[in-house]
Amino acid sequence: MFVVHRIRDFGMDGKTIPGDGVITGSGKINGRLIYVYAQDFTVFGGSLSAPHAAKIVKIMTLAIQNRAPIIGLNDSGGARIQEGVESLGGYADVFLQNALASGVVPQISMIMGPCAGGAVYSPAMTDFTFMVKGTSYMFVTGPDVVKTVTSEEVTAEELGGAETHTTISSVADGSFNNDIEALIELRRFLTFLPSSNENIAPIRKNEDPKTRIAPALDTLIPENPNLPYDMKELILTVADQNEFFELQENYAKNILIGFIRLDGQSIGVVANQPMILAGCLDIDSSRKAARFVRFCDAFDIPILTLVDVPGFMPGTAQEYGGIIKHGAKLLFAYAEATTPKVTLITRKAYGGAYDVMSSKHLRGDANYAWPTAEIAVMGAKGAVEILYRNELNDPEKIQKRTTDYEERFANPFIAAERGFLDDVIIPNNSRYRLIQAFSKLKNKIQINPKKKFGNIPL
Amino acid sequence: MFKKILIANRGEIACRIINTAKKMNIQTVAVYSDADRFAEHVRLADESVYLGPSLAKESYLKKDLIIKACKDTGCEAVHPGYGFLSENADFADELDKSGIVFIGPSKTAIASMGDKIESKKIAKSAEVNTIPGYIGVIEDKEKAIKIADQIGYPVMIKASAGGGGKGMRVAFSKNEVADGFERATSEAINSFGDKRVFIEKFIINPRHIEIQVLADTFGNIVYLGERECSIQRRNQKVVEEAPSPFLDKKTRESMGEQAIKLSKSVSYSSAGTVEFIVDKDKNFFFLEMNTRLQVEHPVTELVTGIDLVEQMIRIAFGEKLNFTQKDVVLIGSAIESRIYAENPYKGFLPSIGRLTKYSPPEERKHDDNSITRNDTGVREGDEVSMFYDPMLAKLCTWGETREIAINRMESSLDQFSIEGIDHNIPFLSAIIGSQRFKLGNLTTAFIDEEYPEGFKGQSPNENEEWVLSALFLVFHLSQISKDFHAEEGFSSEWEVQMQDKSKANLLNTFSYQIKRSSNKNNEFYIKPKPLKKINGIIEDYIKVTVETNYLTKIITSNINLFKDGIIKFPSKIDYKIKYINPSIELNYRGMTLNAFVIPKHVSSLSKYMKPIKLIDKSNLLICPMPGKLIKIMVNEQDSVEEGQSLCVVEAMKMENTLVAQKQGQIKAIKFNEGDTLSVDQVIMEFEFNK
Repeated sequence: MFVVHRIRDFGMDGKTIPGDGVITGSGKINGRLIYVYAQDFTVFGGSLSAPHAAKIVKIMTLAIQNRAPIIGLNDSGGARIQEGVESLGGYADVFLQNALASGVVPQISMIMGPCAGGAVYSPAMTDFTFMVKGTSYMFVTGPDVVKTVTSEEVTAEELGGAETHTTISSVADGSFNNDIEALIELRRFLTFLPSSNENIAPIRKNEDPKTRIAPALDTLIPENPNLPYDMKELILTVADQNEFFELQENYAKNILIGFIRLDGQSIGVVANQPMILAGCLDIDSSRKAARFVRFCDAFDIPILTLVDVPGFMPGTAQEYGGIIKHGAKLLFAYAEATTPKVTLITRKAYGGAYDVMSSKHLRGDANYAWPTAEIAVMGAKGAVEILYRNELNDPEKIQKRTTDYEERFANPFIAAERGFLDDVIIPNNSRYRLIQAFSKLKNKIQINPKKKFGNIPL
Repeated sequence: MFKKILIANRGEIACRIINTAKKMNIQTVAVYSDADRFAEHVRLADESVYLGPSLAKESYLKKDLIIKACKDTGCEAVHPGYGFLSENADFADELDKSGIVFIGPSKTAIASMGDKIESKKIAKSAEVNTIPGYIGVIEDKEKAIKIADQIGYPVMIKASAGGGGKGMRVAFSKNEVADGFERATSEAINSFGDKRVFIEKFIINPRHIEIQVLADTFGNIVYLGERECSIQRRNQKVVEEAPSPFLDKKTRESMGEQAIKLSKSVSYSSAGTVEFIVDKDKNFFFLEMNTRLQVEHPVTELVTGIDLVEQMIRIAFGEKLNFTQKDVVLIGSAIESRIYAENPYKGFLPSIGRLTKYSPPEERKHDDNSITRNDTGVREGDEVSMFYDPMLAKLCTWGETREIAINRMESSLDQFSIEGIDHNIPFLSAIIGSQRFKLGNLTTAFIDEEYPEGFKGQSPNENEEWVLSALFLVFHLSQISKDFHAEEGFSSEWEVQMQDKSKANLLNTFSYQIKRSSNKNNEFYIKPKPLKKINGIIEDYIKVTVETNYLTKIITSNINLFKDGIIKFPSKIDYKIKYINPSIELNYRGMTLNAFVIPKHVSSLSKYMKPIKLIDKSNLLICPMPGKLIKIMVNEQDSVEEGQSLCVVEAMKMENTLVAQKQGQIKAIKFNEGDTLSVDQVIMEFEFNK
C-alpha cells in the first residue's frame, strides 16, 4: 500500500502515488481464500514499474505457497517507459511467477481496460482470460503503431476488443457486458475450480435428482444422419440444474468446452457440436479443446467427452495450417491425462477422430455409447466408394453395398464386442449413468512414467 | 359392440378417442404420416398403419388409403375426430359402400349442414332463429345494396363456402356494401372457387355460444347444455367454458329446443353442435351446425359427466340413448384453455421445434373437489412440425363454481411447463386472470379489446412487483448460498434490479435486508427496505421458502408477505425461472420479468456502468461456417417472419437451415444455389419497417 516508484528521470522525481498503480492483496470469495491484484489506469496509465511488479510477484508467491487461486484485474498501458529496463525486468519477474504458478494454482485474468505491450503477456500465460465488452482491449502494439509500421488503419476495438479476442484470436475465453457482470460471473466461474492442484473443486450441495430421467434425449438424434442437432441440449440436460459455464463460446464453435456439475462435482466437458461443421475436428477446435483438457488434467478435474465427430476437416487450408500437428495436441492431451475420463458417443465416431476423442485406447475410464452410435473408419457412403470402386458405375449395387455396410457397422455393438465400449446406454438415463461412472472414479490413481514432462506438439 | 375401430386423425383427439375405446374394450388402429412416425397416438393404439408423407393431403386426407387401412386391419368403424375428414360427406358415403361404419352423422346430414346457405334455409324452415338476411344467391352489387337497405346496417357479406374469416366483409353504409360485395366475391373465388356470397345483419360484439346435441338412430335426441366460446383470436377459439356465465335457464332451454328442432329436421344422429351468436339482450341467432365432435367437447363432458366419444361409438353401433333430457343435469363449471405452440408476444406466430421440456400439471381431483384434465397428443422430446395444427394440449378444469374452476385453471397453468418452443401459456394466464374474464363479461371482441396493441405480457401491479422481487431475491440467494462455504461475509443487504417486459423493460430497484437460516439454503428471512407501507406489508422480516422441482422445472415458494384478505396474492406460488447469467428471468401468470440480484454495495456502483454499444448485424444473414449453399427458400423482396427458414448451407455433408432473426423484408440475396460460402460471408441483406 505504501510502495512507490523510484524513478528520478523525465521529471518523475517527486511525483509519487502510494501503491504505484496496482492494488494487491488477499480476500475470500464464497469463503475461499484468493489472491488478487488490480491495476489502476488512473495512476500513470496503470503502467508497470519495478515496484508495481514486485507487489504482484509478492502475492503470486504467497498464492503458490498458500495454495490459493490468483486473480488479476488487468488495466495497464504496459511498461513504465520512464523507468526503462527496470520495468522490463519487472515484467519478466511476473512472467516467471506465472510459469511457476501454472498447474499449481488456477490463474485467471480479467481484462477491464486497455492493456498493451508487456501487459498482455502475463494474462496470456494464465489459465483463463476474460474481457469486458466495450471498455477493454488487448494488443501487443496499439492502433497508432500498427498504422506507422504497416499502414493498416484499425480501431482499438477491431484490433483487440472483446469481440476480436473471443471470436477471431481465441485469446480470451469469454466476455461480459460491464465490470459488475464480469466480476459476478468470475465469482461463479471460481465455484467450478479447485484452489490448487492438491485440492478438489468444491462440491456443491446437489438437490437435482441423480436419477432424473430426460425423455427428450431419446429423440435428440434426428432420424436423418445428415441433420444436425444441438449438443448443448445434451450438456444442459445431464448437468446439475442445467448449468453449463461455457468457455470460448464464439470461437471454433464446432467443439464445446466448459464446466458443469454432476451430483455436485465439478466436471470439464468437451463435446463435438454437430450444428457447426458437423462437429468435425479442425485446427482451431483441436487447439481449443487440447488446452482445456490439459487444464482439467493439471487440476484433476474429471473430463466428460461427448462424441459426435465425422472426422478431421479436409482441405489445403487445414493441411497447410498444420492440422496434423494441431490435431495431435488434442490426441496428446487426452492420452497423457490421468484425471477421470468418461466418454459418451451419441452418433458418429469416425476414423482418427474417434481415437482422439477420449477413446478407450487412450485410457478412457468409462466409455459409453447411445444405440444411435456408429463407430467406424468412415461413413458408409465413403467406405463403399473405396471398397467397391469397380462397382461405382452401378448405382443399384452401390446402394445395396451401402445398406449392407450400414447394417453391419452403423451401430455401437461391434465396438462393444471388442471391449472398446463399456456399455450401450439408454439416452434418457444418461445423467444417472454418467454420475455413477464419475462417482466410481473419485479415488482414481493413475501415474504416468516418471519424466520431467511430456513434449506436447506445441 | 365393435371389436376394432380405426381413428382417422392424429394428435390429442386421436389419443382421446383411443383412451375411450380402450375403456370400452375396443381394439384401436391409428394412422400416421411421416412426421408422426413416433407420435403419441401411434404409441397408444393397438395397431398402426402408415399413410404417406407429412402433408395432410397426402396422408390424413387420403380417403382411399384410410378405407384400405380399415380393410387390411379388419376395422368395423372409423372415428374421424375433428378436422381432416370429419365433415366430408363423400368419405362417410365411401365408408358406407365399403360396409364400414362412420362414427358420426349420416352423409346427408353432413352435406346439408356443410353448406352455409343450405343450412340457413333448413334452419329457417325449422323455425330456428336466424340472423335477418338474404339467403338466396346475389347476382350483383345493386341487388346487394337493395338487400342491405332492407335488412338495416351494419351488414355482413360472407362467402357461402367460406370459413375462417376469408371472404367476409362488414359494411356500415351503401358504399361499403358495393365495395365489400366485390371484394368478398373475388376472395370467395380465390379461396374457395365458389363466387356465391350472401348478406346478413351484422351483430356487433356478440357472444359465441353453442349447444351440444346428441341423437341416436331411433330419433331420440337430447341437448347437453351450452359452451361459451367467445374468447377467440381471428376466429380461432382460445378459451371455452360450460356453462356460459351469461345464459339464463329460459334462454338455454329455448336454444336447446331450437337445436333439437334443427337436428330433427335433418334426421341427425351422433354428436353435433349448433352454433349461435347471442347479442347483449340475449337474442340468439343460428350461425351454423358442426356435424362432428368439437375441439372443446371436454367442458361439456366435465359438467354433464357424459363421455361424448363413448356415446358416439354406441350410437354408431346402433344402441339407443340410455338417458333422456331430464337426466341431463349441468353440475358446476368447466373451462378449457387451448395450449398452442405459438409466440404470443410476436403476433401469435406459430413456433416449431423440439419440445425439450413438456410437463403438464397432474390430471387429478383436488382437495376442493375441483378437477384438472389435460387432453394432449405430445410428449417431451417430440418435434412440433409445421404440417399440422399447432395445438399441443387442451387444459381443462372443473369446479363446483365458476370461481373455483377459474382458480384451478390459474394454478394448473402455473404448473404447466413447456420449453424448447414458444407457447401461449403466459397469454392464457393473463386472460384467465383478468378481471373482465372473472366477471364473465365476454364477447368475441374480448382479445382485440383487452390487448389492442397485441399481447405484451401482463403488467404486475405495485404489490405484485414487490412479491416478484422477493421471489427473485430468495431464488438467487438459495442458489449462491450453495456455493458459500462460510457463515461470515454473506452480504445482508441486497438489491433486485428488475425489468418488466410488458413495460419495455423499465427498470425498478427493490432493496432488502436479509437473514439466513443457518445451514438452510431454501429458506430466508427478508425485509423490504426502505419500509414502504404499501397495502399491508408486514413491517418485519418475512419468511420466504423456495423449492425447485427439477423434473418439471417449476419453482414453489411460500411467502407470508401480506396480511390475509388485504391483497389477493396466494401464499404458495408456483413459478418458472431461468438464469440468463448473470441475470434471471421469471415467469408468473403471464408476467415476464428480468432481474439482476446483487449485494447493495455492488448495486451502488451500477450507475458507473456504461451501456455497451453493439454493432447491429441483424440486417445481414451471415454464413456461420464454410459450406455450400444448397437451397434458397426465399426471393428478394419477400417478407419474412422471425424464425422463417431462409436457406440451407451444407457443410461436412450436414444440412444446416438458416432462419430469419427478425421480421423484415429481403433486400438482396448475394449468392445462388450451389455457391460455395466461407465463414462470415453475407448471404442476404434485410430491411426492416420502422
